[in-house]
Amino acid sequence: MTDWDRFVFTFFNWKVMAEYLPKIVEGFILTVELALLIVVSGLALGLALAVIRSFGIRPLNWLIVFVVDLFRALPPLVIIVLIYFGLPSLGPAPSGFVSTWISLTLVLAAFAEEIVWGGILAVPKGQWEAARSTGLGFTATLTHVVLPQALRICIPPLTNRTIAITKGTALGSVVAVAEILSVASGAVAFSSNPSPLTLGAIAYLILFIPVVAFGRWVETRFAWKR
Amino acid sequence: MLSGVATARPIVDAIGIHKHFGALHVLKGVDLVVSERELVFVIGPSGSGKSTLLRCCNRLETPSSGSVMVDGIDLLDRRTDINLARQRIGMVFQQFNLYPHMTARGNVTLALRKVAGKSRAEADELADAALARVGLAEKAEAYPLELSGGQQQRVAIARAIALEPRVMLFDEPTSALDPELVGGVLAVMRSLREAGMTMVVVSHEMAFARAAADRVVFMDHGVIVEQGTPAQVFGAPQQERTRAFLRQLDH
Repeated sequence: MTDWDRFVFTFFNWKVMAEYLPKIVEGFILTVELALLIVVSGLALGLALAVIRSFGIRPLNWLIVFVVDLFRALPPLVIIVLIYFGLPSLGPAPSGFVSTWISLTLVLAAFAEEIVWGGILAVPKGQWEAARSTGLGFTATLTHVVLPQALRICIPPLTNRTIAITKGTALGSVVAVAEILSVASGAVAFSSNPSPLTLGAIAYLILFIPVVAFGRWVETRFAWKR
Repeated sequence: MLSGVATARPIVDAIGIHKHFGALHVLKGVDLVVSERELVFVIGPSGSGKSTLLRCCNRLETPSSGSVMVDGIDLLDRRTDINLARQRIGMVFQQFNLYPHMTARGNVTLALRKVAGKSRAEADELADAALARVGLAEKAEAYPLELSGGQQQRVAIARAIALEPRVMLFDEPTSALDPELVGGVLAVMRSLREAGMTMVVVSHEMAFARAAADRVVFMDHGVIVEQGTPAQVFGAPQQERTRAFLRQLDH
């Protein structure tokens, strides 16, 4: 057996891959569901927090800043473990899926809030003044004038963060979520062959390359018309 | 009050305006009264408080004390709906401040639709009329970044006049423009004046002031030093500070 044959046998073992493909596909579907939930709820919550923060209600803003800093500082895995293993002692016992969803949503929301808030601050003061001088109220100015500009500024960093955090679905393997990595490593244990991990890697690429491409498309689509 | 002679109510009636920014006392008891159809020019060195005074006239700045009435509405009264009041007060900024994500037409229609409650079709029609007034009918679909500075400022004027304000405030409208683009903006301002618009203009365009202003107000260090017709203020200034300022401009 040559080195090459051994490499192929170890990582591209078609027999093993074919056997575990259905399992990986199941894991892939679950991961897509989890990722979609995290992206939608994380971005929505982050945007909402940034909008609330712009109203400048002092005590509320302290709270937002505290919570945001907390979830930016904590490693996502720590949050997942705390929710999955710690929360049941207080009553609610979320599943691994829900624990992962909640954890990554909070982390994504925290980063998204900071990014959108930065975008809102980056819109020149003159934009607010011009809109307010025509009689637009605070909320209308925020909605029609400031946020559209702020979000455009935010799209590149927001896409990056979203992808980085959504990849954290793999952390769900720690709390028994049958997502891609978990299914793949299980298959490795059963078959005593690492090829299912190769399948897992391909599954991640299939999942995230379209997300990256979509991010790029959004960036160009909403770039300033010049 | 003399019987039979009804004094026309002034459009802008700002009395005893003080403004502090922290320890800085920017306006020290300024009165600015502007009658209907009057064009008042406010001049003075930078830091004299002229822009702050203008911004007090639509409450972009809230005076520390004093009273501001515009078209009979008390801007400093808590019960006043400031957004409603601001529809009657057009403002044009030094930096134009057009919304970069909207076309020229979109810039003009936003307040028409969201504040004045016009339908999209009505707003488009009014916007196109306003853009035609500033000579930019053919630029309705253009985005601000596709327009020259002078064109942007004219769109900004259209955005303000489309709401049919009772008074227009101009905050150094030509200061950010290349010299060759100033003329177009001044021409639009002159046509507004001819149409009877009440205007308060903070600007360094002295030639325009001489030609078009009814009254020139000279401010320095937060007070009005001197005011009068252009002929009086430019031709025979009474105060030494005014003379010093005008001498500087000649150099």
